Amino acid sequence: MADFPLLNTTIKDKRIVYLDSTATALKPQIVLDAMDRYYREYSANVFRGLYDISERATAEFEKAREKIAKFIGAAISREVIFARNASEALNLVASTWGKENIKKNDVVVTTIMEHHSNFVPWQQLTAEKGAILKVVGLDLDYKLDEAELLSAVKEAKLLALTHISNVLGTINPIRSLIKKIRKINSDIVIVVDGAQSVPHIPVNVRALDCDFFAFSGHKMLGPTGIGVLWGKLKYLKQMSPYMYGGEMIKQVYLTKSTFQEPPLKFEAGTPDIAGAIGLGAAVDYLNSIGMDNVRKYEEELTELALLKLSKLPNIKIYGPKKASSRCGVVAFNLFNKDKVLIHPHDVAQVLNEDNVCVRSGHHCAMPLHDNLNVVATTRASFYIYNTKRDVDALVLGLKKVIDIFS
Amino acid sequence: MDIYRENILDHYRNPRNNGNINNPDASEVGFNPLCGDRIKIQVKVEGGKLQDIQFKAQGCAVSIATASMLSEYAQGMSLDNLRKLSKDDILELVGISLSPTRLKCALLSLKTLQRAVKKLQKGG
Repeated sequence: MADFPLLNTTIKDKRIVYLDSTATALKPQIVLDAMDRYYREYSANVFRGLYDISERATAEFEKAREKIAKFIGAAISREVIFARNASEALNLVASTWGKENIKKNDVVVTTIMEHHSNFVPWQQLTAEKGAILKVVGLDLDYKLDEAELLSAVKEAKLLALTHISNVLGTINPIRSLIKKIRKINSDIVIVVDGAQSVPHIPVNVRALDCDFFAFSGHKMLGPTGIGVLWGKLKYLKQMSPYMYGGEMIKQVYLTKSTFQEPPLKFEAGTPDIAGAIGLGAAVDYLNSIGMDNVRKYEEELTELALLKLSKLPNIKIYGPKKASSRCGVVAFNLFNKDKVLIHPHDVAQVLNEDNVCVRSGHHCAMPLHDNLNVVATTRASFYIYNTKRDVDALVLGLKKVIDIFS
Repeated sequence: MDIYRENILDHYRNPRNNGNINNPDASEVGFNPLCGDRIKIQVKVEGGKLQDIQFKAQGCAVSIATASMLSEYAQGMSLDNLRKLSKDDILELVGISLSPTRLKCALLSLKTLQRAVKKLQKGG
């Protein structure tokens, strides 16, 4: 806890109970220090200067790439492309591989539990190309309907699937699903949104056997503005650049240009150097705890939260029943004694009086909320710095909500 | 807790003018995509003044309470004065301070009512 400066601050003389790590995580001191060091000691551009501080910037930048590659089990660091965030990483795939390969009447499969960033790019692409978008639904325990998925992918060119739902917390069994899918359709390209998995569970992209994997730095204790697209090198080599500019070219003539190899081919312009270095430090921090321990700790906290929340009157919790099938994300709604929804914005506002920070709304997953038949939910999410005391603060705050609105 | 003062909760629990008008002169639906607040406002106008305002809404306490308070406040008001109502008038009416996010909830009813009246004046 002491590692996270924000948790040592107070508002209205009360401590901050931060339960919105699914939106963005708090930053440990070592991440702030790593970025500060770059700006203070060697804030030169990368790949350019022949002078010491530029060489150091390049070395630290590439060291961060290597750490990240190792962290997600990539074979080589060249497969790790820096982007702004998971959204940009997913858009990169849709705008390059997608635009070049998806044709009229092709089938693209996605799911109802996607964040907009892994839904809208495919919706727009298929609309533009006259292709077909199939959306796989849920089973009764808020897990993916596996039979529907396996049937949908038969003729599909691409599958875009989240690893963990940012609302339901559902952990999709990606590894076993992909094994089954590859047997049914050996040519399908599989894009996994790992924005909620990399921060919370051990991930090995080679073991998963997906083709692309996207995630954000800021949800895994790193800074905002940096994210990652991992892709199999064979695809990265085929794909056209996403943007043109500095850093990504080999030769420029008046009438034509040639481009760098991956990953630089996809990293036009000066990158977020401090961000990448900060993310590297976040990876160090997570490694020092161990991702198995992160998962174990969060699972226990989630189990406790589910237990305590389920005892509140007229609460509806969305997501798998067992903590073992879900991540530390708990979306719910409270109803008054007449079964009328207490609006999530009112819930969040009352909680805010005691500095309990939760999210309310559709959490960038409107198709899912339509599917659940609710306009919005309140969402509490946990990370390594949360404690049982935070769960108690949430429950206490919700009792206040019930008192006010019943 | 200032924002959920008793009078706000009272208007939320027992909204005034919460109904429909037969043959309204104007009817308008407003939507706040951020929270999913939705409001339908109907008005009757006579001699350039609002004779009746009724609304039906789904949403958070702030949006419903504000709509209720506005519906009382604007009864009998001239259309010209209604057009001039601003954010500050609403804040004064509800008597609470609101964050920018919640302000959208509070302003939904005013914006919808002003749109209804504008439509009426254009149409008429």
